[in-house]
Amino acid sequence: MESKFYEKDKLLVFKITEEIDDHSVQKIRRKADYEIERFMPKRVVFDFNCVTFMDSAGIGLLVGRYKFANLLGAKLEVTNLTQSVNKIFEMSGILRLIPVTTLKESIA
Amino acid sequence: MEEHFENEMNLEFISKSANEAFARISVAAFASQLDPTIEELADIKTAVSEAVTNCIIHAYENEIGIVKICAKLKKNEIIVQISDNGKGIEDIELAKEPLYTTKPNLERSGMGFTIMESFMDSINIESIVGVGTKVTMSKKIKKEEADQQKISQMTSMP
Repeated sequence: MESKFYEKDKLLVFKITEEIDDHSVQKIRRKADYEIERFMPKRVVFDFNCVTFMDSAGIGLLVGRYKFANLLGAKLEVTNLTQSVNKIFEMSGILRLIPVTTLKESIA
Repeated sequence: MEEHFENEMNLEFISKSANEAFARISVAAFASQLDPTIEELADIKTAVSEAVTNCIIHAYENEIGIVKICAKLKKNEIIVQISDNGKGIEDIELAKEPLYTTKPNLERSGMGFTIMESFMDSINIESIVGVGTKVTMSKKIKKEEADQQKISQMTSMP
């Protein structure tokens, strides 16, 4: 997972580059929470463009980050949902809680 | 009469979360003989990932145990059996409820069985507390195309 912080907009972007399962979320979760606490952003966006696989661990990951970001006064959003990622999120109803956004900024 | 399967594979590995990717990719590689679409293959991978994760974090609770996968091909159908000798499920109906989880502290969503049910055609769960759990799932590949063929065969009959 790569991350980038845009100081001007207080925007923190996480670009997930690995497959998301119970194994990989442990690392993603640790890094995300660390970066959120470090930058204290207003917006946190998870970019799923490079995610080739995700199971229900992805739902737990997002709900957990949603709560953590809220606690620190940040809003959580998601972007670039692939078809398979969207299928799982739709099923869970999580998109009623976490808005899908489009970003001008991107991590090269 | 014994059921006839055209192909079969068996896989055994220890219950380490690093093996989740290995398990789903292996089953997907085996299933690819049926020439599934990318979406069908993704469905199988997701369902296998859910079942194997259950073995690792619920059945064995991160102790070391053996997870077994047996996959069979029959015509255009794949049947996957995933079993463990872990703690077992006390109430299967409750475990299948969407959002039900015994481990909310681990950020588990409780969507595992719901995903298996909706991504595969059928799922059967057998479990004995203290003995283990066996999940059997099946999925027909290219169902729509096969149905289409059947219809065209029927309509071409005299």
